[in-house]
Amino acid sequence: MNKVVNQRAWIFVLPVVLLVAFNAIIPLMTVVNFSVQETFGDNVFSWAGLTWFEQVLHSERFHAALLRQLMFTAIILVIEIPLGLVIALNMPRKGPWVSVCLVLMALPLLIPWNVVGAMWNIFALPDIGLLGRGLNWIGFEYNYTRQPFAAWFTMVLMDVWHWTSLVVLLCYAGLMSIPDAYYQAAKVDGARRWAVFRHIQLPKLKYVLTIAILLRFMDSFMIYTEAIVLTGGGPGNATTFLSIDLQKIALGQFDLGPAGAMSIVYFLIILLLSWLFYTLMMRSEEK
Amino acid sequence: MARVTLQALRHSYYPKPQSDADWALKRIDLEWRDGGAYALLGPSGCGKTTLLNLISGLLQPTEGRLLFDDRDVTKASPEQRNIAQVFQFPVIYDTMTVYDNLAFPLRNRRVARAEIDRRVREIAAMLDLDHMLTKRASGLTADGKQKISLGRGLVRSDVNVVMFDEPLTVIDPHLKWVLRSKLKELHYRINRTMIYVTHDQTEALTFADQVVVMKDGAVMQVGTPVELFERPRHTFVGHFIGSPGMNVLPCEIRNGKVVFAGLALDGLKVGSYRDEGKRLELGVRPEFVHFAPAGIPVQVVKVADAGRHRIVEARHATHVIKLLVPEGEAIPAEGAYVRFEPDRTQVYQDGWMVT
Repeated sequence: MNKVVNQRAWIFVLPVVLLVAFNAIIPLMTVVNFSVQETFGDNVFSWAGLTWFEQVLHSERFHAALLRQLMFTAIILVIEIPLGLVIALNMPRKGPWVSVCLVLMALPLLIPWNVVGAMWNIFALPDIGLLGRGLNWIGFEYNYTRQPFAAWFTMVLMDVWHWTSLVVLLCYAGLMSIPDAYYQAAKVDGARRWAVFRHIQLPKLKYVLTIAILLRFMDSFMIYTEAIVLTGGGPGNATTFLSIDLQKIALGQFDLGPAGAMSIVYFLIILLLSWLFYTLMMRSEEK
Repeated sequence: MARVTLQALRHSYYPKPQSDADWALKRIDLEWRDGGAYALLGPSGCGKTTLLNLISGLLQPTEGRLLFDDRDVTKASPEQRNIAQVFQFPVIYDTMTVYDNLAFPLRNRRVARAEIDRRVREIAAMLDLDHMLTKRASGLTADGKQKISLGRGLVRSDVNVVMFDEPLTVIDPHLKWVLRSKLKELHYRINRTMIYVTHDQTEALTFADQVVVMKDGAVMQVGTPVELFERPRHTFVGHFIGSPGMNVLPCEIRNGKVVFAGLALDGLKVGSYRDEGKRLELGVRPEFVHFAPAGIPVQVVKVADAGRHRIVEARHATHVIKLLVPEGEAIPAEGAYVRFEPDRTQVYQDGWMVT
């Protein structure tokens, strides 16, 4: 059969290409541009080669931020994925409570990110915030503006509050798509609750969980808004994650070269880890 | 293995059923022999799956009792009832191998390892699954998956009843036949009470010793395939079973004779029946209508070839009469007459047979 070659298709693709070019490719190229040059005022540039990349990769500051970032992401994944799954498993499947639960779950996702940060900032203040005051009242020495551990605790709690809903909603949608016959068959086969989870629900949630983990990984690895509003990276550098550090270098110190190089390294790390997660989770399927 | 008894069983999906229409299943009394093969037959929405789920224990009846042998199991869970059920869509455990799938119901009941192995291999051999036991179940075709479902239903040696809920719906036509004869063979070999739900009359009539025909949540007739064919107790049964279905024509009774469109039909016995002014119909299967030298004058409207015979559509005034004419028999073109076989013609009052 002859394939009809139709160049007109390009006309339809062009708007999207332009859009993507303006909002992604061109800005990214600017970053690439910065990353290989020394920048002076008045738009004067000089070639710097890979200097900035070497500097970033050897910088202890970068290593520390990366380590904090990895720890933060690991902690929230370990908490949010199982917690979201457990909540989704216990949500009602029909009846009037379904919509109540869904709305309650969706609420945190509807709040602008900087508002989330501001809310928790005030909520956790040791003198006037409900959480901070409460914790101190029951006897915990708690001050997130001074103690690194308290800052981390608040940060993790905020992220869990903000994003577990996403995992819940994804898992719930996945659970609802399992036909009743599976549960009935399991009942007839005499399967216990755990066996139903292990052999029916978990396998059917595989793809949904992969998406949930990927989304939560990427988003938490790029956390910026809520963190900068809540702690601003402090106390000291205790909660300075990669994005906050990047912002400090790029806009605080105006070191465009190193910032550009760091952006690219940052981007490549996310790309690599996402690919790794995805392949690992899909690999187990084929065995 | 068990005898199944339904006593005044009724079910409604509403908490407080008011009118007759609220009952998904109207009052049912039935007794099924141990080791028999039964079919529940009826159009979609007639309550056959509801009845099946009541027997399996996935649903609790609103009223009535259910007995396995002499044990009351009305309130028992599916597990306590020790039944097996095969669903319309193949249910398999994706992550397990074929072997593990078949072993699953046994493992859940903590059967000894050696016994599990013996049973799984035996059932797998019966279903021709033995060469793919180590394969992952998710990779199988629809009929392979349905075979696994069947196997999981049959693997336990002590089940009381095995139930099938339209198990061949998603199977390709040429494999349907294979699986159907497999089922029949399995019933013969393991000799367990089996209940088969379907809306396909061929499946029901070939599988079952006794067929329960249902409509709108009520049982219309319980009988052997031959009884359903020769003496349908309700015009619905006559129409639903057979292809084409029974001819149902308005009639009256005058002086002890059945009269159709002003013509008295000879030889039809109505016994002591007296016309009570109710709606009367006569029913006769196309197989028992023949062309004759005299009788009811008809006009042949349509002839459809169906292989071994032809389906002839004839008309008398406004009434359509269908008849089956065997291959090789001539179909008169003009001035044709038909006659109904008297002992194969029934009279129905408000749908129910009277003679």
